[in-house]
Amino acid sequence: MPELSAFLAMGGYGLYVWSAYAVTGLVLGLLVLASLRARQSMRASLEEAELASPRRRAR
Amino acid sequence: MQAAPLCGLSATENAFITHAATWTEVMAKALHRLANPARFLRIVAPLLPWTAAGAAVCIGAGLWFGLVDSPPDYQQGDAARIMYVHVPAAWNALAGYAGLALASAVALVWRHPLALVAARCIAPIGACFTVIALATGSLWGHPMWGTWWVWDARLTSVVILLFLYLGYMTLIHAFDEQGTGERAATVLALIGAVNLPVIKFSVDWWNTLHQPASILRMDGPSIDPAMLLPLFLMAGGFTLLFVCLVIIRMQTELARRRVMALRRAALAVPQASDA
Amino acid sequence: MTFLRTVVERELRLYLRGIVDLIGVWMFFGIAIAMLPLSIGPDPEILSRIAPGAAWAIALLASMLSLERVFAPDQRDGSLDLLMLHAPSTPLLILAKSLAHWLVTGLPFVLLAPLAAIALGMDVQGVWPLACALLVGTPALSLIGTVGSALTAPVRRGGILAALIVLPQTIPVLIFGTAAVSETLKGRDSGPYFSVLGAFTLAAVALAPYAGSAALRAVRN
Repeated sequence: MPELSAFLAMGGYGLYVWSAYAVTGLVLGLLVLASLRARQSMRASLEEAELASPRRRAR
Repeated sequence: MQAAPLCGLSATENAFITHAATWTEVMAKALHRLANPARFLRIVAPLLPWTAAGAAVCIGAGLWFGLVDSPPDYQQGDAARIMYVHVPAAWNALAGYAGLALASAVALVWRHPLALVAARCIAPIGACFTVIALATGSLWGHPMWGTWWVWDARLTSVVILLFLYLGYMTLIHAFDEQGTGERAATVLALIGAVNLPVIKFSVDWWNTLHQPASILRMDGPSIDPAMLLPLFLMAGGFTLLFVCLVIIRMQTELARRRVMALRRAALAVPQASDA
Repeated sequence: MTFLRTVVERELRLYLRGIVDLIGVWMFFGIAIAMLPLSIGPDPEILSRIAPGAAWAIALLASMLSLERVFAPDQRDGSLDLLMLHAPSTPLLILAKSLAHWLVTGLPFVLLAPLAAIALGMDVQGVWPLACALLVGTPALSLIGTVGSALTAPVRRGGILAALIVLPQTIPVLIFGTAAVSETLKGRDSGPYFSVLGAFTLAAVALAPYAGSAALRAVRN
């Protein structure tokens, strides 16, 4: 696959180009993942707290 | 003489002032409507999937046009493709600080509770984009300048921007009481926003004083339109992603506050019945 | 005005009571400058080239050392409440605090400038520009530093945090302070640099008291 290897080589700058995209992807990916997981766990504890809340029990 | 409207201002100026006053009022009202966390959450929840989809489409298309379907730069070859992540990240880093300052101003002037939440959620995202801009700038600089780091005016300004973000994030967590940290960080964000143009001017000037002769300019005199398309696609995608992340983090933060309030209430009730 | 004088006198009295800390700050300035030839080498040509910047950077770091003493002790023992109660306006209090801070950690560096200039190979012709630049620029450092100190007043051991948030804000002063000295030494017209440096200080005098007052209001309720 000469086309693919030429694409990956990026005219000799492959290492730089792909590392730049990898760093970007890694940082943004981790940020998205961390944000989503934090929201998920916070929503779980919110549900728990709402179930345990005295106002809910009184109703 | 005393009948003269607003000490001798012309009619147009007066009209402008009244107009501006009405607009401020309208804006304040709109902001006030958004101040209710429940209403805010109701409004943004359906927006989130669309923003996320938009971000994914823009970034996907930007990657395609940036990496595959665009010509290499006539001077820098394929290394110029780093621009499609570097420049949008730098724009978002700057826009993030502008957003942080704006949210802080709204929080300080109108005592808007959601603006405080927005500001504290923007900061880490902006810092991440700043780090990306720095890392990709360094990776772009090595083949172009022959070194990983050059104290070029723009890179230096981005480093300082990172310091401002880090200072904000450290200060907001330095206090025992969350509200105090937020108020202190708000003031710091505004000081930074006022000072940032001065810093930028100083750094630019400092750079012309110490400019090494052999620096390759990152911006050519004109950019090929084929390069503009992926650039703007990526910039739009990153901005939408930024908005998405702010919404997600604000949802988390508001949920956290609600949990805290519920726990406090749960603690308070038995005490009240004891008394 | 009487309030300004009363507060400055009080501050100076308090600083004098902890004079050991102050002497430590001044000694830091001297010793840090002596470290430079030791790390870089005694070559006077290299030393004199980096001297203006080095002297400024060390002055900046040294003036950050005592930031914790500006507001934190008063906040801890409650005297800040009294000060704010008696102040005609909080910005005036900030101004007085900055002035006192500058008198003990800005002015001494101006007086130590001859020592620094000669030690760093700038020779006698470097004494005057360095002292002048420090005299014009260090008030801005104290004013910005006082704001940072106000922002961290209730934080336990907030000195490092104050320095962390203050340092990026002082970059313009550092750049133009250094340029004012080095351009004079190169024999070029350095008037504009001194003017810009003076403008920064004046802007800090005008704005920092209000920023500091907002900072105090933010962290104290």
